[in-house]
Formats: sequence, structure tokens, C-alpha cells
Amino acid sequence: MTEPRENLLEADFELGFTYTRSPGVIIGKFLAALQQQQIYGIRANDGTVLFPPTEYDPRTAESLHDFVPLTDLGRLLYWTWIDQPRDHHQISQPFAFAMIQLDGADVPFLHRMFADSAEHLSVGMAVKVQWAEQRRGAITDIHGFVTAEGEQS
Amino acid sequence: MDIDLDPIEQLDAPIYHRYHATSSRAITPFLHAMKRGELLGHLSTATGKVLFPPLGACPESGQATHMPVILSDSGTVLGFTTVHLPIPGSKLVPPFTVANILLDGADQACGHLISECEINAVAIGMRVTAVWRAKEIWNNSLENIEYFRPIAEPLVDIDELQKQCLIKANHRKKSAQGDQDA
Repeated sequence: MTEPRENLLEADFELGFTYTRSPGVIIGKFLAALQQQQIYGIRANDGTVLFPPTEYDPRTAESLHDFVPLTDLGRLLYWTWIDQPRDHHQISQPFAFAMIQLDGADVPFLHRMFADSAEHLSVGMAVKVQWAEQRRGAITDIHGFVTAEGEQS
Repeated sequence: MDIDLDPIEQLDAPIYHRYHATSSRAITPFLHAMKRGELLGHLSTATGKVLFPPLGACPESGQATHMPVILSDSGTVLGFTTVHLPIPGSKLVPPFTVANILLDGADQACGHLISECEINAVAIGMRVTAVWRAKEIWNNSLENIEYFRPIAEPLVDIDELQKQCLIKANHRKKSAQGDQDA
């Protein structure tokens, strides 16, 4: 009773988890500021500046409140070049997933880095935010980063 | 310093998984039978139980199942749930009732909708029969049955029903194993 291969059936289907999240007051304010093209980190208890802000101190778990305004400039630390983006990357051009440290922040964070090719990237290069055209109060309001080499900073 | 802005209170964070599924060799004959309007189960020779829908293995013994059994489209309600809240992405309009239905000749209940009766009238042991969609739109799916409706038969004592099922399964098991010995 084994079914011949040609009789097997195939179908596409999509499983969706349509979550909405409540970010809380600290992250919520950070996101509201992003929508206004303002960038804030938060000061941890040891004086270091975290970006993106966290609600609690990663070492002591105490609540954090002291936002620190940052600029849209930073440094590229390291990256993975995505030569053939797939559907879920939502970008058709090659790009990099990059660790970027904003000027004034003490820790790097992960975002997209755009360049014509991987050869245009170098460790420590100056980068700046490219804002999304439509901002809705999400980390993707920062569309990604582009080079700021040769610009005054 | 503080940020003098109203915080964002909610953000959408959906996750979508896209699959391309290929039917297994066990479930493929079941899906083809659905298109013909037949309910195809599998007999487990290890337990004598008739499994529907057939997934290719007997959950009790773990053995592969192959022997096809065509089942009746009538059965008995073993349990049910009435849903009053809408389910995101579902075509069903609440309130509706989902039941575990033991088809006549099967030893494993399958889930389906109950309709054509008041929600409060659904009961354990109620006899039901399938209401099929128009033949022209039958496809390879259990959705060819739109829902089950009650039939005018007395309520069944499901403990007694399950006892009888087990006796019959034991007979089938013995005769299946006798066939193997012969």
C-alpha cells in the first residue's frame, strides 16, 4: 500500500503568530523619541551608557531612568555581509548585519549597514543613521547605517 | 534626564513561518480518498484499532499501519467545546461548537464542527452525521465535510461504546495476528 511518489500532494501554508507587545515606559519613550528622529541611550549604575536603553541595569538589575541624548553618528565594529538577501530580510540589495557603537555609547548594538559592496567596509569606520521614511515608533525607524567617512563629525 | 514624550504603548511583533508541505505516504491515500468522498482509516494490526485520520503509525504500539478501512460518515460525540471568542485568522463565526467525534467503525476520535442544532443541545453521546459540501468543490481535505449535524437517535452511553470498541478491536487484533501466523 505504498503510494507512488507522483501521487504525493504538496501545498504551501503559512503559520502566523500575530503578537503585539507592550514595551513598557522606558523602551516606549525610547521608541517615541526614535519616531521624532531623536536618539537616546540610558545611563547604567556604573556610569556607562547603554544603547539601546534597557529598563533594568544588566549587572545590578536596578531600574534605570537617566536617558542620555546621542547623535546619529557611530563606528562600525564588525559585520557579516549578506550577499544574497532572502525574502525575510525585506531588502533586495546586499547589505551587512553590523555591530555599531554610537558615539557616546559604551556598548555596540546590531543593525543593518548599507554599502555598495563588502570592500567598502572597514573596522572602525565612521557611520551615520539612515532614517526610515515612515516612522512608527520602532527600532526599524532607523532604516540602517551608511558611511560617514569624509564628513565632519 | 527624562524624555518628554508619551511612550509607545504597543507594537506589532508578528512572526510568520512559511512552509511548503509534502504529504507523507501514509496520509496521501487518505487525502485522495477525501476527494472521492470516502473516509479512509488505517487498521493497526498490533492493537486491532482503526485509526482516523491515519497518520501512518499506531500511537499505542508505534508500528507502521498500512491496512485501509473505509469508515461511515456517522458517529458519536465523545466531547465538545463551544467557542465564544473569535480566533484571529479563522473563517468561523462564534459561537460555534467543535467536537471530538468517534466515527462508526473507528477507535480514535477526530475533531470537527457541529451545526444545525442549538449550542445548548450538543451533548456527549449525541449521534451525528456528516454534511458534505457540493461534490464539485471537493478537494483533498477533511473540509469537504462542512460540519456534522445531529441525527434522531437516542444518546449513546460512551463508556459502554468504548468498551464495545475495545472488544471489537481485540477480535480484529486476534484475526490479524492469526492471518500473520497462517
